[in-house]
Amino acid sequence: MFLVDVILSGLILGGIYALVAMGLSLQYGVARIMNLAYGEFTIAGSFAAYLLFSASGLSPILALAVAMPLSFALNWFIYRLLMTPLVRRAKSPGALEVDSILATFGLLFVVQGIMLVVFGGSYVSYSYLAVPVDIIGSTVALNRLLAAGIAVAIALGLTLFLMRTRIGTAVRAVSVNPAAAPLVGIDTTTYAAFAFALGGALVAGSGVLVSMFLTFNAAMGVVFTMKALIVVIMGGVGNIFGALVAGLILGLAEALTAAFLDSGLTLAVNFALFLGILLVKPTGLFGKAAR
Amino acid sequence: MTTRLTPSRRAVVGGIAATTLAAPYVRAQAGAVKIGFSISKTGPNAGGANVTTLPNYQLWLKETNDAGGLKLPGGQRRMVEFVEYDDRSQSEEAVRNIERLVNQDKVDLLFPPWGTAMNLAVAPSFNRGGFPHLASTFFVERQPELVQRWNNMFLFLDRPSTAITALTDLLATLKDKGLGNTVALASVQDQFGLELVSAARAGIAKAGFQVVMDRQYPPGTQDLAPIISEAVRLKPDMFLAFSYPPDTLALTEQARIGGLNPKVFYTAVGTAFPLYKQRFGANAEGVMGIGGVDVTNPKIRDYIARHNRIVGREPDRWASTTTYSTLEVLSQAIERVGLDKAAIIKDIGANSFETILGTIKFDKNQRVDQWWVGQWQQGEFVALAPTKVGGTKAPVFPKPAWPTA
Repeated sequence: MFLVDVILSGLILGGIYALVAMGLSLQYGVARIMNLAYGEFTIAGSFAAYLLFSASGLSPILALAVAMPLSFALNWFIYRLLMTPLVRRAKSPGALEVDSILATFGLLFVVQGIMLVVFGGSYVSYSYLAVPVDIIGSTVALNRLLAAGIAVAIALGLTLFLMRTRIGTAVRAVSVNPAAAPLVGIDTTTYAAFAFALGGALVAGSGVLVSMFLTFNAAMGVVFTMKALIVVIMGGVGNIFGALVAGLILGLAEALTAAFLDSGLTLAVNFALFLGILLVKPTGLFGKAAR
Repeated sequence: MTTRLTPSRRAVVGGIAATTLAAPYVRAQAGAVKIGFSISKTGPNAGGANVTTLPNYQLWLKETNDAGGLKLPGGQRRMVEFVEYDDRSQSEEAVRNIERLVNQDKVDLLFPPWGTAMNLAVAPSFNRGGFPHLASTFFVERQPELVQRWNNMFLFLDRPSTAITALTDLLATLKDKGLGNTVALASVQDQFGLELVSAARAGIAKAGFQVVMDRQYPPGTQDLAPIISEAVRLKPDMFLAFSYPPDTLALTEQARIGGLNPKVFYTAVGTAFPLYKQRFGANAEGVMGIGGVDVTNPKIRDYIARHNRIVGREPDRWASTTTYSTLEVLSQAIERVGLDKAAIIKDIGANSFETILGTIKFDKNQRVDQWWVGQWQQGEFVALAPTKVGGTKAPVFPKPAWPTA
């Protein structure tokens, strides 16, 4: 079942891309912090899962329950301590973007440095749920399938949360127009901090999940930042559902390229697709009209 | 003009290094031998540098100073101190670091960085300063031309074509034992993968095998399900991948999950890592890879034990052992001729050295006779080929099917 193989592996890969990107979508889209240290937090999540798994045999799925709240709290503090002063003094969204890029660029080295000191620079890898699962005649790894499934669940759950709840509506209001949101009684800073922290919880969660099958080291964060950035911009900044769709498109494109063209061209095709979509829709697939 | 009030990163690093080295430094103050190096502590190369290069430099430093210092002619000993900089995996930075080590820090000797590209980048600086350049993680086809230009350079790894010849010669001997003739190739798309795979295509054709699949993937790819699924459909007799550590692990994992069970399964860099055994356990049995050591050699066993004790983990069985052997060669040359750089270069080129890898000697600055194919056999990564080097074992063939989890 050649085609099933290709499509399934593409969808799973796409789900993983979406998983890695969703936190950034919230941090960049709602809190307007272009977090360059994003990938470092992914890796930190991976290390947390690895530590818990190798030291106490705790399943990475249960590690989610530790890593995500912890990262939520940590990212809340980062926003309140480091980002709020930047938000206060920023005269325009553009200025905040530049300031946050510079600040998080520094944060990247701090987080990476801590991980290098604690864990060294060597590769880390462990095996969890690396068992074959048969789906319509095609074999996939359970851990990857699980990660992709969780990505879909998170995307749908978060979309519902943002669309249907009061808090979600407030978060969207901050995302759409941070200047006008206070006029209807929304505390912009608190909601932005909430969105940034929620993004932080998601990034740690994605780090925990990908550590089940990816080999990583302390210096690898930038790879995740880049992937997440592409997915987020292609899907439309701040749109979780857009991140899911963009991730799936990229994953499918990669699998189809590998199967029918050349596996060496996967990156080239992905970037061509990214550029093509931006040419047609400059704010991404599900992006808001240009502000 | 504003005055910089903040200390530079170098000053901070230097300060920390000075504090930690304070004790031996005081003792050796009179004339510590300064050895400088630039290494990738951060960036994409950090993974490789931290497994194979840096731990061995640290191991050597500790052992040398614990023994009272570096031995010089006439039995005199001098303590050694390191001056080290991070090149952030950028070759321009590595070159700047080397220039700084030579001109500003005035080091007595230089150790090489990690990786082919980095070694190539700093080679002109080593040459200009007349420093011996003992490269252990350097691997290109055009080595004979390079050593003609840079006669201070000693290459501890032979060429990709030699590595491939060892592999295809070994595979050819398995023909009588029921190895078929179909080969699936996968390779990482960078200089390392490209050189190996192009040598492999020629070698495979010469051995009379047939390539049924020839796939490449961009560096850093860890999603290799499409490549493995294609191989599963084609059922090749041999699966040969010229891969880097993360993709080596990903290919193996995927092959196990997809049920790809060729008679020969070969992955390149990373197969010899202790991480591979830790990740795959009994599943590693029969997997072939680049490198390998003679595990019956007491010197190797002793080296592994020391590495374990001092660094806190096991060394890999290819580049780590090679890197350590460069330091043994250098120390032995210094013991004979002292710290005169030109004399060291002359001595290394002319003599043979007893190391953990056995006797090392050079032919036109290139090390001859080394193991190229290894295999996991009962928890050890043993050398298989070329057999003329000695210390090799017979291959486990055919590779046992992956045990079902």
